[in-house]
Amino acid sequence: MQKSMKRYFPIFVLPTLIAFIIAFLYPFIMGIYLSFTEFTTVKDATWVGLSNYKKIFLDQNFINALVFTVKFTVVSVVTINVFGFLLAYILTRGIKGTNLFRTVFFMPNLIGGIVLGYVWQLLLNGILAGFGVTLSFDAKYGFMGLVLLMNWQLIGYMMIIYIAGLQNVPGELVEAAKIDGATKMQTLFRIYIPMVMPSITICLFLTLTNSFKLYDQNLALTAGGPGRQTAMLAMDIFTTFYGRVGWEGVGQAKAVVFFLMVAVISLTQLYLTRRKEVES
Amino acid sequence: MKLKKLAVLTMAAAMTAGALAGCSSGNKTETTAGETTAAVTEASKAEEATTAGEAAAEGKGQIYYLNFKPEVADIWTELAGKYTDETGVPMKVQTAAAGTYEQTLKSEVAKKEPPTLFQINGPIGYKAWAKYCLDLKDSAIYGHLLDKDMAVTEGDGVYGIPYVVEGYGIIYNDAVMQKYFALDGAKAASMEDINNFDTLKAVAEDMQARKDEIGIEGVFASTSFAPGEDWRWQTHLANLPIYYEYKDDNVGDKDAIDFKYSDNFKNIFDLYINNSCTDPKMTGAKNVEDSMAEFALGKVAMVQNGNWGWGQVSGVEGNTVKEEDVKFLPIYTGVSGEEKQGLCIGTENFFSVNSQASEEDQQAALDFLEWLFSSETGKDYVTNKLGFIAPFDTFADNEKPVDPLAKEVDRYMSNPELYSVSWNFTSFPSQTFKDNFGASLLQYAQGGKEWSAVVDEMKADWANEKAMTK
Repeated sequence: MQKSMKRYFPIFVLPTLIAFIIAFLYPFIMGIYLSFTEFTTVKDATWVGLSNYKKIFLDQNFINALVFTVKFTVVSVVTINVFGFLLAYILTRGIKGTNLFRTVFFMPNLIGGIVLGYVWQLLLNGILAGFGVTLSFDAKYGFMGLVLLMNWQLIGYMMIIYIAGLQNVPGELVEAAKIDGATKMQTLFRIYIPMVMPSITICLFLTLTNSFKLYDQNLALTAGGPGRQTAMLAMDIFTTFYGRVGWEGVGQAKAVVFFLMVAVISLTQLYLTRRKEVES
Repeated sequence: MKLKKLAVLTMAAAMTAGALAGCSSGNKTETTAGETTAAVTEASKAEEATTAGEAAAEGKGQIYYLNFKPEVADIWTELAGKYTDETGVPMKVQTAAAGTYEQTLKSEVAKKEPPTLFQINGPIGYKAWAKYCLDLKDSAIYGHLLDKDMAVTEGDGVYGIPYVVEGYGIIYNDAVMQKYFALDGAKAASMEDINNFDTLKAVAEDMQARKDEIGIEGVFASTSFAPGEDWRWQTHLANLPIYYEYKDDNVGDKDAIDFKYSDNFKNIFDLYINNSCTDPKMTGAKNVEDSMAEFALGKVAMVQNGNWGWGQVSGVEGNTVKEEDVKFLPIYTGVSGEEKQGLCIGTENFFSVNSQASEEDQQAALDFLEWLFSSETGKDYVTNKLGFIAPFDTFADNEKPVDPLAKEVDRYMSNPELYSVSWNFTSFPSQTFKDNFGASLLQYAQGGKEWSAVVDEMKADWANEKAMTK
């Protein structure tokens, strides 16, 4: 079996590989190349070396966006995972209507980011109107709105992953702990959490990258307003690309820097949390 | 376990790579926004398929026009079919969704069959597309252009031909105004009396105070500041102080701006936000459509917009404004001698022919322009269906659009006593500049910024953006 798998490996992998090259690898390499050029369309690029990278920090926008993105990511990663885990924990206690709740909590994840953004914009503006302000009145409203929206969308998804993890915790471990006289809290922190570490790895990774790369929700909810105070990195890249004549390459250079940041952050996170995983 | 580790790592790699691939593929492939609203009817596609063969054999070339105005997308498609019927030259029209023209053009031009006819928005747009703009100096259509100064030129070359003249000002509802003039102690007796800022201010403030008597919710419609909806202020209204400054210095562009008419800008802007149906703090949630609807429903007396806004007024369900009551008032800001000021007249729509297309295709595009602006069918479409006021000598006096705002534009333009304010915002440094200025204005309206800060930042930003895009 193993042997024939090996023999047919190239045939099975070929379609995916082609798709991967066309849709991923080629644009990726092209993207890096374009960051060193000045261009109007991708066909007429002229090589300018590192000048695009130097221009990244000519204005404060990139740094501001980075600071805002980091703040947002920290807050939303923590809240999403805490609430996601809590929901999962509650919904594996065998209470009535568990399946209904799971479905309901998961549903927000099925709605597209743009739609969600506009719906929340209407809702939040409606509420804020009561206080005589709007979402674009102050960056703090935009920030809270984004965190709220992101939580609402991702908690259900993370909950499903945590539920799968919690269900795989062997019953005998929990039982043994109970017989040894462990309290509920001790069981949670000493048995459940170490045992669902693989789920935590995945969930942290997903929330971290999703929050860091956020674009649609940002665009639909605040579009960066007021000014560019709530623009996150992805949006800053987009506005750089189209905001000034001849700055397409700078946008591209920002995208490369952005990619490196996401890669470093998420790989570090994977390395750190994977070390904590235990075998039962 | 090892397999699992590998799986996790690959997934991680794939997802992070997506961060970059996502960004770069966006400009390469067609933008989805453009795609979804792009209108290419099946009919014209089929037409193209059958005639493309013959046309190519005759060396007629073909036309691909990337349209800027989504509101007339269907008419353009219809027009393309008609042109193919008459001449046998295949023509395809695609429309970019509102606000995505540059994006769509960028991706379309990189394709194997790029647009042969497209549009630029003025000198700044020309800078971006210079490599793709054919010199139209010898074209028949440039010969027909009434005011040669309107074209986009560089050196001896002509690279953009304006195809529509547009005007903006303060649109008012005459029925409401008459109601006010009939009141005791009205600050003016008729619209003719309102010919400078002081009168406008006195009238607007008095109307606001007596809004219940007149039956309106405010004098001016919402000063819309939702994201992407602030162009009426950061571009159109900002044109007036810049126009006067250019005029004083007798130039058409400046690397650094003094913004010396900033107080005039503040005059009218304050009047808008303080005498409106919407609290200044709430303007951040309003869009242009809201403002136009407020006007159409008779809730307000005035709204600043251009003649293209007629469709937005007449299209509102339950609108109470009568066609004959929709009129234009110039935007007065308190500049001396403004009694003679007319509307802001100009265009930011310039046709350009793709210089990198084949020669037959270029010729086909030029032939089409000639046909569009001089044949009976073409002219009929331009004035009656597209509703354009065309700036060409091929149009007789009776061949003009008949909607009330276009008629008003015409009335102001043909009044020899008035001078028109030209559109100088085509020389504004960049989109980034406009966005920043808009954000600043919003903060001022909400009470979070001093006016002096708005002015200083605007000046700094102008110089900065001009330098950055050199």
